[in-house]
Amino acid sequence: MDDARLDSTAPRRTRLFGCGEGRIWRSLDELAETEEFAAFIRREFPDQAEVWQDPLSRREFLALMAASFGVAGLTGCTRAPDSEIVPYVDPPEQVVPGQALRFATAMPLSGYGRGVLVESHLGRPTKIEGNPDHPASLGATDAILQASILTLYDPDRAKEVLRRGGTSTWGQFVGEVRQSVATFRQRGGRGLRFLTETVTSPTLTRQLRSLLEILPAARWHHYEPITQDSRREASRKAFGRPVNTIYHFDRAARILSLDADFLSVGPASLRAARQFIDARRVRAPLEPPAAGQSASALSMNRLYVIESSPSITGAMADHRLAVRSERVERLAREIAARLGVPIARSETAWTPAEERWIAALVADLRAHPGESVIVPGDFQSTAVHVIAHALNERLGSTALTHVESPEPLATGQLESLSELVREMRAGEVDTLVLLGGNPVLTAPADLDFAEALSRVNLRVHHSLYYDETSFLCHWHVPDTHYLETWSDVCAFDGTVSIIQPLIAPLYGGKSPHQILDLLLDRPETDAGEALREEWRARRGGGGSFDEFWRTALRQGVVAESTLPPVSVRVDPAALEGTAPPASPAGADIEVIFRPDPAIWDGRFANNGWLQELPRPLTKLTWDNAALVSPRTARALGVENERVVDLELRGRTVRAPVWVLPGHPDGSVTLHLGYGRERAGRVGNATEKRGGFNAYRLRTSDAMASGVGLIVRPRAERYRLACTQLHQMLEGPAEDLVHVETIQQFSARAARPLEPSAEARRSMYPEVDTSRGHQWALQIDINACVGCNACVVACQAENNIPVVGKEQVLNAREMHWLRIDTYHAGDPEEQPDTYFEPVPCMHCEKAPCEFVCPVGATTHSSEGLNEMTYNRCVGTRYCSNNCPYKVRRFNFLQYSDLDTPSLQLGRNPDVTVRSRGVMEKCTYCVQRIQRARVDLEELAAARGDAASPQQQLEIHRRMDDRLAALEPACAQACPTRAITFGDLNWKTASGAVSAVKALQMQPHSYALLAELNTQPRTRYLARLVHPNPDLVDPLSWKPGGGREEHPGER
Amino acid sequence: MAQIFHPSMNTLSKVSVFGAVFMVLAALWLGGWIQRSPYVTAVSVPREQPVPFSHEHHAAGLGIDCRYCHTSVMDSAFAGIPSTKTCMTCHSQIWKTADALAPVRASWATGVPIRWKRVHDLPDFVYFHHGIHVRNGIGCSTCHGRVNSMPLTWKTETLYMEWCLECHRQPEKFLRPRDRVLDMDWRPPADQIVLGRGLVERLGIAKERLSDCSTCHR
Repeated sequence: MDDARLDSTAPRRTRLFGCGEGRIWRSLDELAETEEFAAFIRREFPDQAEVWQDPLSRREFLALMAASFGVAGLTGCTRAPDSEIVPYVDPPEQVVPGQALRFATAMPLSGYGRGVLVESHLGRPTKIEGNPDHPASLGATDAILQASILTLYDPDRAKEVLRRGGTSTWGQFVGEVRQSVATFRQRGGRGLRFLTETVTSPTLTRQLRSLLEILPAARWHHYEPITQDSRREASRKAFGRPVNTIYHFDRAARILSLDADFLSVGPASLRAARQFIDARRVRAPLEPPAAGQSASALSMNRLYVIESSPSITGAMADHRLAVRSERVERLAREIAARLGVPIARSETAWTPAEERWIAALVADLRAHPGESVIVPGDFQSTAVHVIAHALNERLGSTALTHVESPEPLATGQLESLSELVREMRAGEVDTLVLLGGNPVLTAPADLDFAEALSRVNLRVHHSLYYDETSFLCHWHVPDTHYLETWSDVCAFDGTVSIIQPLIAPLYGGKSPHQILDLLLDRPETDAGEALREEWRARRGGGGSFDEFWRTALRQGVVAESTLPPVSVRVDPAALEGTAPPASPAGADIEVIFRPDPAIWDGRFANNGWLQELPRPLTKLTWDNAALVSPRTARALGVENERVVDLELRGRTVRAPVWVLPGHPDGSVTLHLGYGRERAGRVGNATEKRGGFNAYRLRTSDAMASGVGLIVRPRAERYRLACTQLHQMLEGPAEDLVHVETIQQFSARAARPLEPSAEARRSMYPEVDTSRGHQWALQIDINACVGCNACVVACQAENNIPVVGKEQVLNAREMHWLRIDTYHAGDPEEQPDTYFEPVPCMHCEKAPCEFVCPVGATTHSSEGLNEMTYNRCVGTRYCSNNCPYKVRRFNFLQYSDLDTPSLQLGRNPDVTVRSRGVMEKCTYCVQRIQRARVDLEELAAARGDAASPQQQLEIHRRMDDRLAALEPACAQACPTRAITFGDLNWKTASGAVSAVKALQMQPHSYALLAELNTQPRTRYLARLVHPNPDLVDPLSWKPGGGREEHPGER
Repeated sequence: MAQIFHPSMNTLSKVSVFGAVFMVLAALWLGGWIQRSPYVTAVSVPREQPVPFSHEHHAAGLGIDCRYCHTSVMDSAFAGIPSTKTCMTCHSQIWKTADALAPVRASWATGVPIRWKRVHDLPDFVYFHHGIHVRNGIGCSTCHGRVNSMPLTWKTETLYMEWCLECHRQPEKFLRPRDRVLDMDWRPPADQIVLGRGLVERLGIAKERLSDCSTCHR
């Protein structure tokens, strides 16, 4: 089938105007009601490619089938193969086969750390979970944290020391370095340069500073592609010194984001998401108010977002303005000026929609001075950050604090790299040591880093993969993954975590500390010992060091290392300066560079889980695309999958186009990190997949955005694997995603969204669910930000395979949990976006159970819809019958059973499925089983308990154990959107379980309830909090719903 | 015209049609019999081990508790078999030079583990949890037989699913008080059903849960 799925060049049909009346849609095709869309709805696999190439005649087929049927069943009559059982020789302490251990560590990303707890089976880490004690995690993780375990076991990682491309050894490297050290010292370090990424590790900082003291002529530069330079420069300009701003969204009633994707990007994003959603979580009280008392008002915060590229934060906004990047600063100046900040405005003609928007926003902020906060985006200019600081001060915001920056280097990263390149080109750099990073790929194209690098006599690259930069270096030393190394790292607020290894380096990697110890001419010691001694020296005296060390390792945080808040004032001189001139009318197209939501700046390109993860808004996998708005696409004469040439300042790159409703007009977003040549077998770009390299267009004057992009459509097309239309539910989307304003919710009071369960009768036999555990899941759509952490957590926990782009094109991706994205409103005028995670519904009257011919899917006495892989013969009738399309079939042998390193990382509690077997979400039955073992023990103890107090105490322990039982998705979610539990459970204090309470909420509903499948997985409706000056809250419909003001919300 | 078929064909056809049913049934019965025979199940068939370990000597003769070696049988899914270090706790002092124990000493010296031949094994699609069985009162001898009288180790039960279901459908027939779990000589008393029902009640065992597929298969 030809993929003319989204044909935005088709003349606008009148139906599209109807989308302002609360209609929710999934794609432009749905609105246009094309035939292609109807095909997608009808067939689960509309793009079915023929797998078997050779033709089979009917006669042969019948003959084969008769023979197979004749001997069918004999496969059961085999002797079990003789197997061995192999114990330890000297068992390590605490390791009990069959029980998992958990260790606390932290993952550094962009220099800052987020604490995690890692589950380890028999010495192998298998699953990453959040650390509830760590301020940047609060028990949650994101997609990148979850997928980092796969990078540990990546067979394409660098495995050996390489010298000029040929195998060498660590010993030889050590020998050469020790020889050179004397030379360096003699020259005082002249010609020696270090290039690192962002560093907050206290140990690494101390080592480098010691080295620079011994070698005063050496220099330390830092660069990584997502520089965050404007944030640093702004804090220096505004506050006089480098200061990090910490936002406390739990204290903010009104939030304005100036192109800041704070819900998914940044070292504090998990905390930000939790705090933000906590202030929006709406729970109606279960009992009506007592006589004489009024119902407590339900409150929510309000989020305004101005953004230049669609993001998750924009999707959660109550009011969103999508504009070109250069307009954001003008808007910021206007808003600041109106609120009394002495800043020069820029002459801009605001559209009527923008004028209303600004006026309403300013009035709202003025009405909530202390509890408003402005968040500037990392990809905006320094001026925007300074304006935000000034605005926050002007409003007297209590929702933010400042701490001294834990980063040791004060210069901007682009400046640092440019200076290094200048020196390299001038021949002043004799030896360059690159600790991490991949500047040959990621440096701005105009610097031509590769060419400058060729003028350096000795280049040493230390990294996880043998990548583009390693190829041009003399020495390559494999780095250790954070799960196999000793180190330390700071969180966004300065809290230090010790990074401890869970496994010895799989491929003989060395940490940067070991390399620096070499250069410092220290003897080689055990890495753990070295770190311990480092910390002993840092801590000095006072108290038992052993106890301190043990506590730090156990908790995952070093006690009292959080930086205290500092009070700062904005220097008025920072606000001086002219405003940018008015932009010329009919301006050129703007290009926006953003890190990819899954593979970040390209460093995770070889991670299959992240490559196959459908990106939150575009739902693309395995590729990047040039994202444009529907109007811009029409103006350029392009449609989905059309290949275009993108030219910026004389550099050209070829890319496919993807039309994204909600993207600002007149700009193109390019995601970085694709089109790589040396990422590994998964990440390397081929003709058919892997995307294009946007770094080739990025120059120092256009690091986040640039104007003057020329787009030239070509004749060919490039298939993009988008999962938006896969496994769609058949039914009006307004029933699948319920959205209303908080005022509408309050007005509706206790009227539930759907008739009660008792009102529906079924012809299938009833089951008594009053006894025992009855598991259920509740997903709060109001809390889901679409970050995909749950999807990858499920993949990690349940050994879900990666299928590759070709199979994704056939709708055969294997994710047990998927996030469905719905839109509402005019697609050309910034539609709303809603996210809905869909796992197995575990229907009480499951359509899949009745049709399995071999009884492979059954209903457990606890309400689970079970899947028994060994019985499944692959008829796929169950998947056919499932109205939610949550069942995934192994059409081919997707699980890689051969690669040894991947075998290590699998969860031993979950079967690795083979070809021909159906699989689906099991509510993490392996976790339920583990909990039930503990609960049965406690129940027996409670039965034997001597006194009622003892019984109560044991009951409380059972409550705790049940609260700790959650499937991987619920555990990973940063906003706690997923709640799992036992419907029948009563806690020690007599309360119902959390999930039961949620099911009784008035805004709880089930998907496709009219089919009477009685699912155990239910949803809570999304609530929004629009500004009454912009929209009438009581008559609001999804998408805005007002015809007379199209194009604004 | 000459008859094509001899009159004896009448008898033959009647016999074969009538007998075909029996033939098929006999073939099926034979298949089942073979499947349950020691050839396939290895019941009562001792396997050759690198070291001829005698449970009879160690457990009955010396009186070593089962849990000295099988350490995680009460807590973990996996019962645990002794590491070389456990063997060497005694055999570094006694029988230090015995030939039969040479593999143990070699393992301790070189750090290469002893590769025992597995006697009780379940297919990979079965997830069995030792701890919950032992804690609920299934004795060792119920499934493993009287191990303390075995000079070498062999299976005494088939470990087939039909055998597991015998107990899972009627646990009251096999449960014993927890303090008798390690007792190899325990026999079900005359009023086992009554006692068993009491134990099921006290332990809060949900019998319908025991027959759920996901209890063992996941």
